[in-house]
Amino acid sequence: MMQPGLYHILFISTALFFIGVYGFLTRKNLVTMLMSIELVLNSVNLNFIAFNKYLWPHKMDGLFFTLFIIAIAAAEAAVAIAIIINLYRSHNSINVENAEELKY
Amino acid sequence: MNGSDIIFYLLAAMTLVCGLLAVTTRHIFRAAVFLLFSLIGVAGIYFWLQYEFIAAVQIVVYAGGIAVLIIFSIFLTQQAGDKLPKQRIDRKIFGALAAFCGFALVMIQVYGHTFFETEEGEVTVSVFNIGKKMLSITDGGYALPFEIISMLLLAAMIGCIVIALRTKKENS
Repeated sequence: MMQPGLYHILFISTALFFIGVYGFLTRKNLVTMLMSIELVLNSVNLNFIAFNKYLWPHKMDGLFFTLFIIAIAAAEAAVAIAIIINLYRSHNSINVENAEELKY
Repeated sequence: MNGSDIIFYLLAAMTLVCGLLAVTTRHIFRAAVFLLFSLIGVAGIYFWLQYEFIAAVQIVVYAGGIAVLIIFSIFLTQQAGDKLPKQRIDRKIFGALAAFCGFALVMIQVYGHTFFETEEGEVTVSVFNIGKKMLSITDGGYALPFEIISMLLLAAMIGCIVIALRTKKENS
């Protein structure tokens, strides 16, 4: 095994991204799909931090992008969960196949 | 191979294994807990890279906020102890195939590319420097995105309240 470097972290973030994509393609439950999206967002954050650390250590741009992505992810999760709870109230299920119409 | 490398590989394995289990397990509550451990693993990698502030933010927002929010919504929408219905096998196979092909494509691109590091000196990523950069309006500061994010969070908060508001039933 080698000294961990940029390529190792890129491997982890790519693997995490496609784990999230796999979950998004196979899951049917809205909450689990939201979890997959969180994994994808995390892999993007990891990428930004790795590039900032190894390629441009004299700047902090990647760090700020990560901070803003985390803030947007928090807002996105809150709105998504409000929608899911509302959907559960009207349809009694959070399966994507039962949520066919946008207005009831 | 010293202690730092071993810690890195342990964190990487924890992140990937917990992430994989989070998208494949059929117990939805266990999926949430595996997701939590995967997020903590990512926070550990940030600590390993010596970006302590981002690691702290990751733990506070993701592990403390989003994971708890997801667990709450599971409790509100799911019967306790229920398993998710079994997924169709062809959907699983094609999902795995698509994910693997994308992964292979990206990894080929990454390993075929040589990255060039800059020669300039490293800036210390202390909270002092981060705060100064974030609130400065000159020399590439981030005051404008900061304000936009605060407006976005306010809009998301109002949106959540409006969406989740209980509408009055007509025939009650």
